Amino acid sequence: MTEALRPPPSACPACAVVPAAVETATAATGARLLLSLPTIHCAGCIATVERDLAKHPGIRSARVNLTLKRVSVDAGPEVTAAALIERLGRLGYEAHELDPGVLSMTETDRQGRDLLMRVGVSGFAMMNIMILSIAVWAGAEDATRDLFHLISALIAIPTVAFAGQPFFRSAWSALRAGRLNMDGPIALALVLTVAISVYETMQSGHHAYFEAVVMLTFFLLIGRYLDHRARALARSAAQELAALEVPRAIRLRDGEEAEVPVADLAVGDLVRVRPGGRVPVDGVVTAGRSEVDRSLLTGETLPVVTAEGALVSAGEVNLTGPLTVRVTAAGRDSSLHRMADLVAAAESARTRYTTLADRAARAYAPTIPLLSLGAFAAWMWISGGDLRLSVNIAIATLIITCPCALGLAVPAVVTAASGRLFRKGLLIKDGTALERLAEVDTVVFDKTGTLTMGTPVPDNLDAHPEDALRVALALAEGSSHPLARALAEALRARGLSPAAVEDLREAPGYGVQGRWGGRDVRLGRAGWVGATHAATTGAYLSLGDETHSFTFTDALRPGAEDVVRGLQAQGKAVWLISGDVAPAVEAMARRLGIAHWQAGALPEDKAARIAALQAGGARVLMVGDGLNDTVALSAADVSISPASALDAARAASDMVLLGRDLAPIADALRIARLSTRRIRENFWQSGAYNAVFVPVALLGFCTPLWAALAMSVSSITVSLNALRLK
Amino acid sequence: MEVLAILIPVSLFLGLLGLGAFFWTLRRGQYDDPEGDSRRILNSDYDDRPKRDDE
Repeated sequence: MTEALRPPPSACPACAVVPAAVETATAATGARLLLSLPTIHCAGCIATVERDLAKHPGIRSARVNLTLKRVSVDAGPEVTAAALIERLGRLGYEAHELDPGVLSMTETDRQGRDLLMRVGVSGFAMMNIMILSIAVWAGAEDATRDLFHLISALIAIPTVAFAGQPFFRSAWSALRAGRLNMDGPIALALVLTVAISVYETMQSGHHAYFEAVVMLTFFLLIGRYLDHRARALARSAAQELAALEVPRAIRLRDGEEAEVPVADLAVGDLVRVRPGGRVPVDGVVTAGRSEVDRSLLTGETLPVVTAEGALVSAGEVNLTGPLTVRVTAAGRDSSLHRMADLVAAAESARTRYTTLADRAARAYAPTIPLLSLGAFAAWMWISGGDLRLSVNIAIATLIITCPCALGLAVPAVVTAASGRLFRKGLLIKDGTALERLAEVDTVVFDKTGTLTMGTPVPDNLDAHPEDALRVALALAEGSSHPLARALAEALRARGLSPAAVEDLREAPGYGVQGRWGGRDVRLGRAGWVGATHAATTGAYLSLGDETHSFTFTDALRPGAEDVVRGLQAQGKAVWLISGDVAPAVEAMARRLGIAHWQAGALPEDKAARIAALQAGGARVLMVGDGLNDTVALSAADVSISPASALDAARAASDMVLLGRDLAPIADALRIARLSTRRIRENFWQSGAYNAVFVPVALLGFCTPLWAALAMSVSSITVSLNALRLK
Repeated sequence: MEVLAILIPVSLFLGLLGLGAFFWTLRRGQYDDPEGDSRRILNSDYDDRPKRDDE
């Protein structure tokens, strides 16, 4: 688990450079590889992966961590991650390399263990003190009671001093900043109760609250640990996603290629972009001819022809031929970074969300000390200045009101909910996302790459004779263009075999040609093939004299229809906003039954539409994947992006969809609403306990037995309520 | 009541023993993968002996 997120691109340039330097330093040792395995899920997977990796030469050991869905491999320096990824790919497991970030990994680990150790210590102390306390409650008297109190004190004082440190530290830092957080009253209660109980023991008094103090520490620490674990998991997931893409470019200098970090590129440099690679900078094409996919930037599905003199922007994907690009803007000036700046602006505009826990703490934190101070004053007046009695009642009030259950109310529910969503394939990156999701009433979808897979599928294969299809297959297999690959895959799936085409050649930017049975055959762009251009995405085949056109549609993402129907059934307004052309967007909207749609939207338009919806009182969930969605993603109240999305889009969203299926989104909304309701119920429950026990304490009837009972029963009911989340 | 002089130290000692065992498991990283550990018992490979660190 890695502690810090990669700083946003808009942070200072120095910060952006430093982590990269650290990354390369740790990668050099190569002794330990960390791979992310998003699809791993059962005992069989663990055994298969570990056994198979153990067979790989040079690997000393491989251990799967199912909780984090990754495998850590201890291997010699000759073992590369790429080889392991390929090996796992053959087994059917998707794998990604992760940056081990050794230092920060142990940091989070250490915090978690540290908390767990404090939980263990307070648990041990609680049980031992409870043994003694039960004897006291059962009627031990005089010397025996004093002895038992003394032993309890000997256990409780070091325990509170050690296990209570997280509360003391947090309370102190809040106080120094002039705020009062929930830990303030907690720390106060811990210290005062121990002090008074020690005093009572010395005076051989009847009541000492050692077990209550330690129990309070124990339950609160459990809440703290759950909270920490949920956040560490989310953080590691976010880090994992960020670690997948390492920004590198191939620089041409004096005819030699060298791989350099994108940050090192300067204006005027020549950069080579291989087919399939992402354009790292803004620039002008100086050599080569190809097509580029702009869908992540603009949402357009059709590839754009690019030749010498054409402008390309960072983030586009080069499809067919190699390109040489002269850099016109790199780093902070590139369009990629301008987008990042827009995102940063939108994010700072998003009002800081106040969570339910914040609101509860704000209302509750001052009440606790005030109430017990009031009890003290009232009893001083009633008893005519009996200091010892008044202090005892004040302490009883303090410990009864201390929000043991309140500390568990939120973490227990969030842990249960995020666990459920994680199993469904949805990862929560931001702790408050669940609550924001619960309030959503409008859902905005992007089209390309979100509702669709972003990959084309031929839809009119039946219209062509088999001969033509076989020739098309032979030609299509000679190209790596996405349309050709989609065509070849679809034809192979029909069980066709390629025709005997000779002299197969690819003309980058145009298509593939060859000779078949004495005839020139071509597959590619309409103009080059000699066919008339159809309205939709297409590839054209000429068989000497006759031509055929293959049209493509973008395949719907699995679950897209279900999710739209599910959301509409829940009464949410569904919007489709895309940068693609109107006919394509309208067709998609009609197919999915979406009434509101907008086509040709620029990134700013999307954000403006969301702002308009928000101004109308709507709470908006944005689902998008492209760079053109990032501004909208950060402007929306809550946002989700698929794992296939661009780095920047995932960074801007609150949740990430791990699988290909969209269906978990509808579930997520339901679970979010349910968990918010559980959190509210938990607050009411712990409030109800206080409503019953606080008057008892104020009237001076509260004994340590009552305090212990109230605390444990309320904590247990709150936890059980969280587990009811289905 | 003299029996308390023996019983209390004994109970504290046993408790400390448990705490020590907890620390040991914590330090050996036995709580790092609760999900995986609960599935591993379903694994059909049997080990003759526990895995050692130097293997």
